Amino acid sequence: MRVRFDGEEVEVQEGQTVAGVLLAKGIRSWRTTRGGGRPRGLFCGIGVCFDCLVKVNGVPDVRACQRVVAEGDDIRTQAGAELPS
Amino acid sequence: MSRIETADVVVIGAGIIGAACAEALSASGLRVLVVDRGAPAGGTTAGGEGNVLLSDKAPGPELDLAVLSRRLWPQLIESLRAELGDEVARVEWEPKGGLVVATDQDAVGPLAILAEAQREVGVEAVEVTPDEARAMEPYLTEQVAGAVHYPGDAQLQPVLAATALLAAVRARGGEVRGGAEAHSLVFDGSGKVAGVRVGEGTIGCGAVVNACGPWAGHFSVAAGAPIEVLPRRGMVLVTAPLPQVVGRKVYAADYVAAVASSDVDLQVSAVVESTATGTVLIGSSRQRVGFDEALQVEVLRRLARSAVKLFPVLAGVPVMRTYGGFRPYTPDHLPVIGEDPRFPGLWHASGHEGAGIGLAPATGRLLADLMCGRESEVDPSRFKVDRPAVIAEVRT
Amino acid sequence: MRRIVVIGAGPAGMAAANAAALHGVEVVLIDAGAKLGGQYHRQDAVASGDRFAPSALSSDVSQAASAKLARRRFVLAPNVEHVANAAVWAIEPVDGGHRVHLRVGPADGLDRIGRAVEARALVLATGAYDRALPFPGWDLPGVFTAGAAQALAKGQGVAVGDRVVVSGTGPFLLPVAASLIGAGARIVEVAEANAAVTGWLSRPFKAQATGALAGWSKTGELARYAGMLARHRVPYRSRTAVIEAHGSECVESVTVARLDALWNPVPGSERRLEADAVAVGFGFTPQLELALAARCLVEDGFVVVDAAQGTSAPGVFAAGELTGIGGADLAASEGAVAGAAAAKYVGAAVEPPVRAMARVRSGRRFAAALNAAYPVRPGWQGWLRDDTIVCRCEEVTRASLYRAVDERDVGAVRALKLVSGAGLGLCQGRVCGQNVAELADVDPAGFAKRPIASPIRLSELAEEEPVESPIDAEESGRALGVEY
Repeated sequence: MRVRFDGEEVEVQEGQTVAGVLLAKGIRSWRTTRGGGRPRGLFCGIGVCFDCLVKVNGVPDVRACQRVVAEGDDIRTQAGAELPS
Repeated sequence: MSRIETADVVVIGAGIIGAACAEALSASGLRVLVVDRGAPAGGTTAGGEGNVLLSDKAPGPELDLAVLSRRLWPQLIESLRAELGDEVARVEWEPKGGLVVATDQDAVGPLAILAEAQREVGVEAVEVTPDEARAMEPYLTEQVAGAVHYPGDAQLQPVLAATALLAAVRARGGEVRGGAEAHSLVFDGSGKVAGVRVGEGTIGCGAVVNACGPWAGHFSVAAGAPIEVLPRRGMVLVTAPLPQVVGRKVYAADYVAAVASSDVDLQVSAVVESTATGTVLIGSSRQRVGFDEALQVEVLRRLARSAVKLFPVLAGVPVMRTYGGFRPYTPDHLPVIGEDPRFPGLWHASGHEGAGIGLAPATGRLLADLMCGRESEVDPSRFKVDRPAVIAEVRT
Repeated sequence: MRRIVVIGAGPAGMAAANAAALHGVEVVLIDAGAKLGGQYHRQDAVASGDRFAPSALSSDVSQAASAKLARRRFVLAPNVEHVANAAVWAIEPVDGGHRVHLRVGPADGLDRIGRAVEARALVLATGAYDRALPFPGWDLPGVFTAGAAQALAKGQGVAVGDRVVVSGTGPFLLPVAASLIGAGARIVEVAEANAAVTGWLSRPFKAQATGALAGWSKTGELARYAGMLARHRVPYRSRTAVIEAHGSECVESVTVARLDALWNPVPGSERRLEADAVAVGFGFTPQLELALAARCLVEDGFVVVDAAQGTSAPGVFAAGELTGIGGADLAASEGAVAGAAAAKYVGAAVEPPVRAMARVRSGRRFAAALNAAYPVRPGWQGWLRDDTIVCRCEEVTRASLYRAVDERDVGAVRALKLVSGAGLGLCQGRVCGQNVAELADVDPAGFAKRPIASPIRLSELAEEEPVESPIDAEESGRALGVEY
């Protein structure tokens, strides 16, 4: 199964979460905060903290630790607050 | 700080109205104690959107009060800044204007008539074409039939505003006491208010101001001077932080009718605005359910629908929070500001419903003027306590 | 129809669902995860199958036999509908019970299916999440909660770093370290802020005999973890914590320090450790929002329950970490009691589950001893500096929080949030609430009130949901409390 992360094709397995995919690739952060532009990635890992937000198929504010990848997902880093496209 | 044992005035209720009254009274040189059974600015004030609106009021006494208040807010913030510094005077004041939008042709006529009447009393109300409206608010629905722009509408953050006013009261030698419930009044031999029982003790004072908001009716009963102030519940949805989507306070034309309604049933009309932190607030609902706090999903659903109708882009945006409050409602929709004819020394300042934030400075000023025997800028007679809608039967 | 709703499919929720189902009640078991088990029995999401699902039983056994098996092997009973990947976003009181609103589908997606299920009895088993204490640098990528490290290792087969420091308090740090080792990480050090586990690690059985932790059925399990850490030569230090993380874009190193009895760092004891990840866990915070939405009484941070796990709200039962932090075994026992009580509440013939009730009583005694041995001490507040973030969502620093409290004399949560911004972000104070309340010296209870329990997109909220199994108000009039 394949998804795209910031345009780059990534091989993934069924059942993996977006955070699982990114961390396995050694990617630690995929969002910046809207105040200080600080890097953020996974923190609580169980859907509580909303730090690991990512854009999936044009929809922002998706928790990477909760979202299970699906074939062809277009996953993108999120900069601050974004609107759905 | 030592606790005040006696005060010139005890203000009951540390919400925006109590804070504004206390600020105005302390500015007049009076020693003021503000008591609240909960925490300051934690009730209706914390459940509001921070409306400082001219647009939603038809010509009449409430609009007069609103016009005065709109003029006073920036002056008051400026004087707080001089007195307390920038940080405490930070209230997120945004004179951003309002845009009232009619999404169907039928609503255009009544909106224009209201705007015309408002212009006659000096409110700036500019009719704009659908194209102009969409140029002002690029994310607005394409279904605009007509709109009116109100440059005078403004917004602030109510809890910041109330706490800033209370800080001024403290800086002038007054006190703000949370967790202190006022039970009843104490009278002197002539029947005039001489004190108030708070918690375990009694505080001697020359006057008591009932600024309990939606609970003003309750306190008035405890004080032996019942007034007709009832709770009307309102809910607000808060989205996740967003980039700038809504520039002004944007609301649907039917909001004005909902504000003026006395209906017990649920009324929902879209009021949409961004806040300084990027969230979008979505109001407004009005419902008379007593003090019932239970969540009603139907209310949230209708708020969501009305907001998406005005701003379709919001459809994909997460709502992260909802909050609600009880607003103090009077049967004739006018605030109660003045001395109770039954008990000299007992004053009321309540009944502002959803407009308390906007009307606070003028309410404080009017109350202080009346108490100090000064000429007031607005006619106090329409807000007086002894009117049929507020006192069903005058008891002595 | 006799039907109950159970929210949360960890040890408590699964046990509750089974207990009710075995009394012939239809159960709707709702959970956010794709597979059963919750955080404790976190299943490998990439592996196929679900070891707790009814299909895990061989298909040729009869329903009665499978019910028997379910009782023994902890496999879900067949009359339980497991609703996976579901976010319960609101609980609404209705006549005679509650309406549970959920969205089912890919997490935070736009195309989730809306459902609204009514039931006269609810079992809340929403569990708890790790408490992270703030310190300078805790918002750098590479700082994780211990639960995150655990979930990624067990559920995704990924280690959160190559060189990991585990810092926090309580025996849960050991399985976290073990999972990390299992996923291929090197543990640089395990820092336990309290003292108790040290003696335990070197002389586990002696410590057990001292009484504080007597009767712990997990002794063997923990001894295994301890053995594993010893084999991997993992330094284990008590009265020690990570008090700062360093790095520009990511964690590159950390400072650990010895702590005094109140958790103030001992001057001069600081050591710098090279590490690319920190896993932090200072106990657990219960997920209270749904219990509060159902108007359950909460005291000292936990839902108050009676002997039948009944809350103060009629027809609402609670089990597991919601009622007190006590671990998986206690949670499962409480779940069994709650499920039976919920079944009785909707009219099933139920004998008091005396054995489970006895396990609950002894489990609570043990949990109380354990919680007393691993408290959070106030000295952590001294780890922070003025510019340390206290609310991660809204990037509120300690200095601005203190300013709000001092200059505006804010004395309660609602105003504190609106004045400081802390707790107003997407996590709604889940991460910062307890910490901010302690820093500002206000009652933390207000942070847990979240009528919208999980974000819902406006288009979803706008949609009408058909109400399933609406409550017959007349029937519900007969409902009585459960007393044994």
